Amino acid sequence: MKVDNIYKEEKKSAFAKLSEIIITMASRPSGLIGLSILVFHIILAFISPYIAPHDFKAIDPTLMLQAPSAEYWFGTDDLGRDVFTRTILGGRTALTITFFGSLIALLWGGLLGIFCGLVGGKIDDVVMRIVDAFLSIPWILAMLLIVSLLGTSTEVLIPALGFFYGKGIVRVARAATHDVIAKDFIVSARARGHSNFSIIWNEIIPNVRDAILVEGAMRWSWMLLGFSSLSFLGFGVSPPTPDWGLMISNARGLMSFAYWAVIAPIVGLSSLIIGINLTADAFAKALGIDRSTKAPV
Amino acid sequence: MLFLIIKRILLGFVTLFIVSIITFVGTEVLPGDACTTYLERQAFGEQLEACYRRLGLNVPAYERYVSWALNAIQGDFGYSLSGEMPIKDVLGPRIKNSLVLASAAIFIGIPIALILGIITALWRDKLPDVAISTVTIFAMTIPEFISATLLILIIAIWLEWLPGIVIVPTDVSFLELLPNIILPVVAIAMIMTAHMARMVRSSVIQVMASEYVQMAILKGVPYWKMVFKHVLPNALLPAINVVALTIAWLLGGVVVTEVVFNYPGLGRLVIESISNRDLPTVQALAIILASIYVSINLLADLLTLMLNPRLKTLQIRK
Repeated sequence: MKVDNIYKEEKKSAFAKLSEIIITMASRPSGLIGLSILVFHIILAFISPYIAPHDFKAIDPTLMLQAPSAEYWFGTDDLGRDVFTRTILGGRTALTITFFGSLIALLWGGLLGIFCGLVGGKIDDVVMRIVDAFLSIPWILAMLLIVSLLGTSTEVLIPALGFFYGKGIVRVARAATHDVIAKDFIVSARARGHSNFSIIWNEIIPNVRDAILVEGAMRWSWMLLGFSSLSFLGFGVSPPTPDWGLMISNARGLMSFAYWAVIAPIVGLSSLIIGINLTADAFAKALGIDRSTKAPV
Repeated sequence: MLFLIIKRILLGFVTLFIVSIITFVGTEVLPGDACTTYLERQAFGEQLEACYRRLGLNVPAYERYVSWALNAIQGDFGYSLSGEMPIKDVLGPRIKNSLVLASAAIFIGIPIALILGIITALWRDKLPDVAISTVTIFAMTIPEFISATLLILIIAIWLEWLPGIVIVPTDVSFLELLPNIILPVVAIAMIMTAHMARMVRSSVIQVMASEYVQMAILKGVPYWKMVFKHVLPNALLPAINVVALTIAWLLGGVVVTEVVFNYPGLGRLVIESISNRDLPTVQALAIILASIYVSINLLADLLTLMLNPRLKTLQIRK
């Protein structure tokens, strides 16, 4: 990584860089598919309240478990609610919560990792031991415990998810920092008498940013998976809020005669997760980061 | 070398020690203790006192931690709240059932993953790779509960080949369990295989691009001899660690799969104990699952260390 290269890059506007990355991502078929799915879901999340044909919580016993028809495109569920309406609304909560959750994970995980990588020594040892300990507790056990004791409100879910999915980023950020820390420009910054803070902000962050962003994009899809698992188990959003995980778990018992009520949310959730995954992969490739050898931790 | 092994084992114990503190403090700091959460609205007066005495919650926290940790090392996790029976008796059959499930998935998954990974790597970007890679991406990104639900819907409901839900008592014998576990094993093995196949693929591709393989090609070593003698031994070594991490990561996914199939393993116990607010059992589960994670990783580290002569000298020099 050459110093003058970094400064040349900084001169380009952020927008120009972003569009360059997006064009590179879209030039591969998998990246194009992933991006289109993701953009479709994001647009859908914004406009779905305005285009939903029915009320998502209107219960009508006379319309129980109707097969798909012209009026009810995806049929109705066990309470006579329109499955189409609930499916297009079902991604909003999950998308919002996991998006802000990954931002939090990115922030604290990234900063702590950079800090540990920079200072090293005793502090680094202690922090990494604690991170290792947290990594060895299954996320689902910890999340379930927090949620069952503190409740399932958004104010609990976002920080809790952000915390538990950030611990893996600590390691990635630390490793990325180790890669740049021995470079000459860090040594010369130290020689110029810059503070740790200034070195982190001006020298390290521009160099490890890509690796951390890619990791954050990947975390987003895992967090979405985790959040829907929580909803599926009954520890996520509470009914009657339309949510894919919750819809699948409700419709599962009746799927032998009303498969449509379970297929629609399955397609919604799977396509979103695959979309984010493909996008994150393409993002990594566009930035020249190989993460195919990483384990899902 | 011996020093390295001892150091790794000690580090594993340090991690477990921190886990025990985290779980203890976690269940302590969060609002409500075991008694108030368990008794809920009846948590006052005589009943609360009796519960405190029964669980020994009337002594200071650090004393409780020490006695709990000392007992836990000997395998005694105290009594569960709801069942009123020793936690180790509750855990025993559950651990056995989960082990059956996990080992079946691993025995099926690892060979398939190796074969798929090697095929996709050798035919990189050709038809076999594109087809298999697309399937693996689907298998590994779709949540466990979705693939499990789809398996039940297709295999058990539409085709009626296998029972969709496991209805057996917790302490059933192995042979009775067998037909019931096919679908759960497939559901778990699918995700695991997909992850491992992807990692084997990229590892093999990396080695294929290395200089000594290029050299072997130039020397005219026959293709398959080169693959089996030069590429695979070197490519599979780094995969051990990642495979271990994948297995350990599945501990979380197994919880969901066990719930979907109603399988009486550790995973369902996690959900049951949390729904019943049975904090002593939750603590025991956290420690046990964390020990499994730590020991799998430790095993993988030691295995790589022993199989890789380069790593030995490298780490000692550090």
